Amino acid sequence: MNSRQAITTEFKLKAGDFGAAGEASSQIKRILQQIGVKAEIARRIAISAYEAEMNVIIHSMGGIMRIEILPDRTDIFVEDDGPGIADVNLAMQEGYSTAPDHIRDMGFGAGMGLPNMARCSDEFEISSEVGVGTKIHMVIRYK
Amino acid sequence: MTVEEVVAILPLNVVAGASCMDKSIKSGYTSDLLSNVMGFAAADSIWITMQGHQNIVAVALLAGLAAVIVAGGAKLESDTIEKASTEGIVLLTTELSSFEVAGRLYELGVRGA
Repeated sequence: MNSRQAITTEFKLKAGDFGAAGEASSQIKRILQQIGVKAEIARRIAISAYEAEMNVIIHSMGGIMRIEILPDRTDIFVEDDGPGIADVNLAMQEGYSTAPDHIRDMGFGAGMGLPNMARCSDEFEISSEVGVGTKIHMVIRYK
Repeated sequence: MTVEEVVAILPLNVVAGASCMDKSIKSGYTSDLLSNVMGFAAADSIWITMQGHQNIVAVALLAGLAAVIVAGGAKLESDTIEKASTEGIVLLTTELSSFEVAGRLYELGVRGA
């Protein structure tokens, strides 16, 4: 694979679709394993993608996740259709969650999603506008 | 210690992934909060939970866990078993409480990461 080659996949994420939750991330992990990305790196990418995927499914009105697998890194782009996060710094705090009780009963809404993404990625950017939506970009390098 | 060896000793029922039980267990983790498991369970852990819905399979797969024990007689949804079988995730159930299973695993030498 030369530096210009990338495997790009895009997934549509539906709000509240817990049945399909994790499928996009599982597919990514399989590709990473097939092309021989180290297990520990593939795991970080899979966790980052899963948390992003779950956030869209739990908290948003739907969105997309685009993953670009490059020879030296993987980029994860997530964009949802709102409602946006009023206070991003608060949302980044471990344990802070706005998930409703029926979601928490399933073990989601621990307030660990964004912190896990930040921890697993080498670069993490988030921007959000209330009434518009949230955008996240993560980079995970193989070295 | 492999999953198979643990299953031979403890009262665990194998409900999915029977052909993947040669996996080696490096450590253990107990939590019912999925993101907490994602963030803190080490790869190749055996995970004890009382969640029985299908998202536990995705967590086990993505976090690279060795096996999942659904403890306390918690009910497993049928699509959880189906998904675990498809993905090759070892899914075990037990009537023992999470506390009791963790203690017995500890006795067998399994530690937190």
